Amino acid sequence: MSNVPSDVKYASTHEWVREEDDGTVTVGISDHAQESLGDLVFVETPEIGRTVEAGEAVAVVESVKAASDVYAPVPGAIIDANSQLQDAPELVNTDPYGEGWIMRIRLDDPHALDELMDADDYEHLITEEDDG
Amino acid sequence: MLQRTPLYDRHQAAGAKLVDFAGWEMPLNYGSQIKEHEQVRGAAGVFDVSHMGVVDVTGPGARNFLRRVLANDAGRLKAPGQAFYSCMLNDQAGIIDDLIVYYLSEGRYRTVVNAARRAEDLTWLKQHTAGYDVRIRLRADAAVIAVQGPKAQACLGKAVDARLESRLAGIKPFRVVETGDWLIARTGYTGEDGFEIILPGRSALDLWDHLTAAGAVPCGLGARDSLRLEAGLCLYGQDMDTTTTPLESALGWTVAWKPEDRDFIGRVALESQRARGVVRRLMGLVLDARGVLRHGQALQSDLGGEGEVTSGGFSPVLGRSIGLARIPADDDGPWTVDIRGRALPVRLVKPPFVRNGHALVD
Repeated sequence: MSNVPSDVKYASTHEWVREEDDGTVTVGISDHAQESLGDLVFVETPEIGRTVEAGEAVAVVESVKAASDVYAPVPGAIIDANSQLQDAPELVNTDPYGEGWIMRIRLDDPHALDELMDADDYEHLITEEDDG
Repeated sequence: MLQRTPLYDRHQAAGAKLVDFAGWEMPLNYGSQIKEHEQVRGAAGVFDVSHMGVVDVTGPGARNFLRRVLANDAGRLKAPGQAFYSCMLNDQAGIIDDLIVYYLSEGRYRTVVNAARRAEDLTWLKQHTAGYDVRIRLRADAAVIAVQGPKAQACLGKAVDARLESRLAGIKPFRVVETGDWLIARTGYTGEDGFEIILPGRSALDLWDHLTAAGAVPCGLGARDSLRLEAGLCLYGQDMDTTTTPLESALGWTVAWKPEDRDFIGRVALESQRARGVVRRLMGLVLDARGVLRHGQALQSDLGGEGEVTSGGFSPVLGRSIGLARIPADDDGPWTVDIRGRALPVRLVKPPFVRNGHALVD
């Protein structure tokens, strides 16, 4: 069973979003997402400074099985990317909500977070996907 | 409903990610494909490959029958205990399947065929028995367990009784020993030392438990694929199929051209292709850039040639992506691969990429 912590929010495209105290959010991919992908071998992190729309493809995670886009779950400016993933992509597998974070975004509008799912809704989504 | 092997409960209990493979519910990995891969390169891993088809070919005409239906020559199997790898061809020399043949005793051969080709193989074999006193029988009761890696012999030795243990060292590569209703062959699909054991399904759980207790770590089909790719071994359905011949699949070495009067199926077409010259060949690829080669990606040469990646993946030993590709025979490039809209340079190399734990390419 995948780990779905309740202190973060989720996008339907399987990113998680943690609200920080300074008006920024940290973004990664969910435990469910890393589990479906299998061992990651490359992570292409986003370009820092770029302005993105919600739903825009900004990063790529490539596993033994497939390459998959990572989408910006909220609109804003990318202010940081996890450079550790260059040499240690497996951090996304071993610690998806911690050391395996992918990027930080400065929100244009804090209300953008309201569009995201909470842990209960996300758990529903992945249960349905597994059954489907 | 997917078919299950006798070891299904073990896979489930071990937390395997189970996937549909050619109609069989098989373990893809037990957590980490890369760790399983490294386990086989460095120690020993155990694979359930019971989805593969075990087909017995028996009778006074078995040898001549195999000399007719296989591109390699069963006449070269001089003594019981010998084995070989062969393609089975259609009349156009397209590959129906690739398989291993074990010679057990006079008039008794056992072959192991791909899971996805079981039905086609059986139909084809049975269609060609006219004139031969031979019986073709699928051993649906058989399980196949592969234990692979530098510590495979040590693990298998601990997993079997002392009498059998003492015989293992004497089994040379590509040889097989028949003991009771077990076959123990020094064969595999990983580029490492190892054994494949064909045994009755009812005995499979015991052997599996003994092997894992002896330190062989369960490995899934994901690791099996990356191991065989590093070893430069072709996978049926990806690197070759009925539309490609052995000469176009880097498998010319498996064709026994002599004696010249052996009339195996596909010989005429294959000889004519050899005389005309082969237009396409299968080569190894290394991608130095970040990214992963995958089956079906398009290749382009600076000289205008076009090709296709037939197998691709990440090589844990090389830390880069490697692949096999079918390209024009006379075009040495330079070549690029199209990965998600970007053209990345690839190097052509001659497989294998890795053998016995060591990288063989830069």
